[in-house]
Amino acid sequence: MRSLKIMSIIENVREKLAGTILDWYEHTAKRIYLKINPKDIKYAAQVLFKDLGFRFIIASGCDTPEGIEILYHFSYDKSGLVLSVRVLLKDKKKPEIDSIAPLFKAAEWIEREMWELLGINFVGHPNLEHLLLIDEWPKGNYPLRHDRK
Amino acid sequence: MSKKVIIPIGPYHPLQEEPEFFRLYVEGEKVVDIDIVLGYVHRGIEELSEHKHYDQVAFLVERICGICSNSHPFAYVNAVENLGKIEVPERALYIRTIIAELERLHSHLLWLGLAGHFIGYNTVWMWSWRYREPVLDCFEMISGNRQHYAMMKIGGVRRDIESDQVTFLKKTLDELVKAVDMFKGAVMDDPVIQARLKGVGVLTYQQAIDWAVVGPTARASGVDIDVRRDDPYGVYDRIDWNVIIEKNGDIFAKTVVRILEMYESISIIRQCLDKMPKGEIDANVKDIPPGEGIGRIEAPRGECFHYVKSDGTNRPIRHKIRAPSYMNVASNKVAAVGQTISDTTITLAAVDPCYCCTERVTVLDKKTDEKIMNGLDLVRLSQEKTERLKKAMGK
Amino acid sequence: MSIKTKVLTKSLWVFHAATSPCNNCDIEIIDVLTPRHDVERFGMVLVGSVRHADVLLVTGVPNYKTKERLKKLYSQVSQPCLVIAIGNCACGRMMFKESYNSPCAVDDIVPVSAYVPGCPPKPEAMIAAVVKLIDKLK
Repeated sequence: MRSLKIMSIIENVREKLAGTILDWYEHTAKRIYLKINPKDIKYAAQVLFKDLGFRFIIASGCDTPEGIEILYHFSYDKSGLVLSVRVLLKDKKKPEIDSIAPLFKAAEWIEREMWELLGINFVGHPNLEHLLLIDEWPKGNYPLRHDRK
Repeated sequence: MSKKVIIPIGPYHPLQEEPEFFRLYVEGEKVVDIDIVLGYVHRGIEELSEHKHYDQVAFLVERICGICSNSHPFAYVNAVENLGKIEVPERALYIRTIIAELERLHSHLLWLGLAGHFIGYNTVWMWSWRYREPVLDCFEMISGNRQHYAMMKIGGVRRDIESDQVTFLKKTLDELVKAVDMFKGAVMDDPVIQARLKGVGVLTYQQAIDWAVVGPTARASGVDIDVRRDDPYGVYDRIDWNVIIEKNGDIFAKTVVRILEMYESISIIRQCLDKMPKGEIDANVKDIPPGEGIGRIEAPRGECFHYVKSDGTNRPIRHKIRAPSYMNVASNKVAAVGQTISDTTITLAAVDPCYCCTERVTVLDKKTDEKIMNGLDLVRLSQEKTERLKKAMGK
Repeated sequence: MSIKTKVLTKSLWVFHAATSPCNNCDIEIIDVLTPRHDVERFGMVLVGSVRHADVLLVTGVPNYKTKERLKKLYSQVSQPCLVIAIGNCACGRMMFKESYNSPCAVDDIVPVSAYVPGCPPKPEAMIAAVVKLIDKLK
């Protein structure tokens, strides 16, 4: 049984992001996945973080056959909801998306990590350099890519 | 004003040379900027997960951090259970909650000891670590190991808590209440400690939001979040307990939050031991269907988040792990700046990062590169400041 | 002063070096070396500089960043220096063997005199190891 709090925040999200939502999947009451176009990520992050008061948990990149997928996980703490925003970067040779680090500091490190482990370029990131791996790590060798030798 | 370079490394485990973890830039006595360098403990666990089957992953993620050893498996099994919409038996939920709160107790006691050492209260250190031992004895009794208790399993727990063990647990909790009372008096009511920690290492409410910090670090700055209440798991929604919030965001506030949380943990465990029903402890899960799952729990340091993606085979195809310290340590970029050198160690330690993380600190001058001190000296600076305060207050 | 003489007449100075541990072994080491477990009756003292160390305790799985540091640390000790690998990770990398960030085991970097397995080894196990080592030296 959904609480009113969750229902009202979901209404707000659907209303504010209308036009960008490509897919909306509710796995359980508190786990929702919504798919948007990569070009809309800054707008969506702005709406969720600044307008609606979601907290940025983390982002997770994944190498899939269709492309590089990124999930941006946001939490609406007052109702325990995790909203994961999915984007698919179809060009696996040069996956690229706008950085959301200029919007909030919390995203700086994870974008660096996704860059070094998956090879995603975050356009507009203040300092896209190695976070976890040594600086001498071979270029083009992305540990989380499945086609890595 | 002469500009000097101080190279502090750590209080107890000095790791002498590079590479460093925190690079603090100083001008005179003040820290003006900080670089945080990670990667020392990076073992590629997310990638290793993809090569292990679901049961093995629980053992793998335990070893992400020894202090939060239970938190990662707990969040992981929650993620897989969310993926497969698996129902966990009631008794197992109670046992999980008990283990999680025992872990919070041992972790907060550990932190209290370290913090005490950094500011020169070695008695606090000795006593808090001494009182950790009975908690570790409880773990050993229940699970067979003092650390890495391997209790979590997809669909339940691996071992039960027997009735004679319940008696020992309750006795230990009674002793612990007395110990926490002692710490409360020794730490929270001590005017020197208040003078030493109040107003130091402040993280404002807005900074806490911008940096998306979690756990006691957030709650000490007035951010009212706690996964146990917001997104309940285990049996937290059936037990009476309080979320501890402080407003000032300084190190004293963080200390108060942790001490008061220990009382709550003891209360939660007691209630669980009384209310725990008889029954199965394992749902006997055989297959994980394709899909995605998200699990999160309130570890001692904050929200621990796991995302698992399955394609129906017996291994995850993607496992994303986000430890709470990932967000909290980054916030030192604002909390440590503006502090004096003597407050550095305690500021960096205040977010309670993994123990090893606190150890590797290098302080550099913005312009020159001259070494004059080693790591032990920085801690000594911190301890000396406490002595000066004591004298000034006539203690 | 030879290590044998040190064992018989002086305290053994111990330096702790962590490669990429999960911290459990490190916490248990502190437990052992603090006065609570009273290992000082065996004459072991923790020192702050590797140059003074007679014994190097190594924990964790070496990764690319820490491998170089361990090499450098070991190059600074004054011989003879015993290296004790504490914990399963330091003994043989355990489940991190296939990690993309782990180039080798501890004993590929420094010569190890004693292995103390366990995850983590209990303080009693570490004390037993030290006692055995001291007996052997004598």
